[in-house]
Amino acid sequence: MYRYDELDQALVDQRVSEFRDQVSRRLSGELTEDEFKLLRLMNGVYLQLHAYMLRIAIPYGTLSSEQMRMLAHVARRYDRGYGHFTTRQNIQFNWIKLEEMPDTLADLAKVGMHAMQTSGNCVRNITTDQWAGVAADEIEDPRIWAEVLRQHSTMHPEFTFLPRKFKIAITAAAHDRAAVKVHDIGLRMLRNSAGELGFEVMVGGGLGRTPFIGKTIKPFLPTRDFLSYVEAILRTYNQYGRRDNIYKARIKILVHELGADKFAAEVENEWNTIKEGALALDPAVVADIAARFIYPNYERLEDNPAALARARKEDRAFAVWLDNSVSNHKQPGYAIVTLSLKPTGAPPGDATADQMDAIADLADRYSFGEIRVGHEQNLVLPNVAQRDLLELWQQLEAHELATPNVGLVSDIIACPGLDYCTLANARSIPVAQELTKRFGDHALAKTIGRLHINISGCINACGHHHVGHIGILGVEKNGEEFYQITLGGRADEGAKLGALLGPAVRYGEVADVVEDVVAAYVELRERPEELFVDTVKRIGVEPFKERVYATR
Amino acid sequence: MPLVKSGGIVEDPFVRIADDAPVPEGIAVIVSGARFLADAEALTQRATAVGVVWPNNRPVAELAPYLSRLALVALMFPSFRDGRGYSQARVLRERYGYTGELRATGQVLRDQFLFLLRAGFDSFEVSKEADVAAFAESIRRFDVFYQPTGDGRPTAYRRRLGRAFASVQPARTLMPCDTDARTGS
Repeated sequence: MYRYDELDQALVDQRVSEFRDQVSRRLSGELTEDEFKLLRLMNGVYLQLHAYMLRIAIPYGTLSSEQMRMLAHVARRYDRGYGHFTTRQNIQFNWIKLEEMPDTLADLAKVGMHAMQTSGNCVRNITTDQWAGVAADEIEDPRIWAEVLRQHSTMHPEFTFLPRKFKIAITAAAHDRAAVKVHDIGLRMLRNSAGELGFEVMVGGGLGRTPFIGKTIKPFLPTRDFLSYVEAILRTYNQYGRRDNIYKARIKILVHELGADKFAAEVENEWNTIKEGALALDPAVVADIAARFIYPNYERLEDNPAALARARKEDRAFAVWLDNSVSNHKQPGYAIVTLSLKPTGAPPGDATADQMDAIADLADRYSFGEIRVGHEQNLVLPNVAQRDLLELWQQLEAHELATPNVGLVSDIIACPGLDYCTLANARSIPVAQELTKRFGDHALAKTIGRLHINISGCINACGHHHVGHIGILGVEKNGEEFYQITLGGRADEGAKLGALLGPAVRYGEVADVVEDVVAAYVELRERPEELFVDTVKRIGVEPFKERVYATR
Repeated sequence: MPLVKSGGIVEDPFVRIADDAPVPEGIAVIVSGARFLADAEALTQRATAVGVVWPNNRPVAELAPYLSRLALVALMFPSFRDGRGYSQARVLRERYGYTGELRATGQVLRDQFLFLLRAGFDSFEVSKEADVAAFAESIRRFDVFYQPTGDGRPTAYRRRLGRAFASVQPARTLMPCDTDARTGS
């Protein structure tokens, strides 16, 4: 956990007071809706189909139990008793009244939370690996660098009115769980041949209506140059990014139109003028930030305690959950536990206030008070002693938080879709709900193996359909909902955009088509261990297309 | 449109001259960027001050050779959403060491004042009368700053380390309102 110091806290408090003033000026009519729009967006307040929506930042997906309890309080006091965890490690509340927004934010500020820069054309919440700090395969805790960037990008006077929103993700692990290649800037920590820490810098990745995989413009950036180089990218983008067309305003279009080499050269020129200036990172500054991260005081424990092995043998359902939702921890005797927010038939990513309180209590009892939010819209208890796993599982079961479908076909990522969003052309959540029913049988899901389905209700791609192993995109044709299906996308270190299966299908056919695709995969795979994405990579989309459209 | 400088409303000593009008002698003038570049030598040799209003889609590097002879550079905010002027301002102040008046013009609203100050602006053609009265209050609302921008305000990083800020302070004089921010009041 990062603990705010008095400066961080003062800024958040001052921001609440500023927003209170802005809301009162809007309510009095002194501000027009157009003028207010940008100000509210800077504070995470969107106008949705039915009401205002508040998106709260969870920097790099780390929450304390105290913060989780406050989210439960917000859900109960200001909303309708639940919240929605997003693909950007944030949480959204869909029913908060504008008049109550300042009080909501003031409550959140009490536990060091805010909604700054969760929308608007600025640098958004910095995201990272939900297993940061506990993953066995990481070089260093990437949250330290995410925090350096969080601070640097907070109310940045030069980059608050960029051409478009700007998303930065960091990973420090061999396996990329932060999808850095589909971000405006993706940063991958690595060591050079001299053993020094640095970053590979990728730019211009992104989904939306024009998807791109990010391109590497700096294979190794020393840590001291971390801020100056990001500043140079942002300055180049701020000056040259397109502002004539909202759909061409993201940095990916600039990088594409200029070419990655030319863009890199522009950044390099800019960087050379500032790299020796005030942004050169003093190691003492980084050390000071790192020192405010609190790490658990782990006990010395053995891996695989005997009681755990016994419980695994005795309880089949527990064993299934262990194999599915529990992952290796860097500390012997501990485990990383994923809490599925995808129970059969429910909207992906939703949690009730009661669940949030329960998770906070479980985090206190079993995970040193710490919780993570992952971009797959699941939660994580990152520090669970293996000897506690059985007890924890029993309590998670009681709160419907132990669906053993993590990474499986019913672990679906979906945007809010037409049910909530003004931009959507088609429903997403009911499609996801239907699919979780079709694949609700765990034995079937396990036979299928790792398979990510992503659903977006419009081409803005909030459900990241381009990088779903199976991607589903809702479109509208003559007033009717249709769905395009893509296969073979992925968001990890081998990031790739999915290929179109064929003509779009009607709402009522989506689940059938997905079932056909999955059945074809099970027949066509070389061996049970060959993942769906690997089969698609080996044989292409054609064999799937034949199967799906032969009977339609 | 009221002009705010040093925290209060001031009379604008400059007169804007249209591109097709003659430049009068004896008064301070503001001309367009195109006109200025076409006739820079003559314009900067006049006895009275000359300023330029510079578009936000043209590199300020083109002004670099003349900056010491310019009394004013006005940067444009055609909409408050268009933030190119912030980068231009910082480049003028921090890279080229421009020390003359740096004016924000266009749609300039209360909620931008602090960002504009931090980027190096020191005069503001404010769009709404009501915003002028709120100027002092709106720029004092925050006293924690994370980014070193050359405006003299100490960053949170530096304050934490308890170091003297003198080493990265720019040469130009701070405005009175900056001084308050520096002491964290």
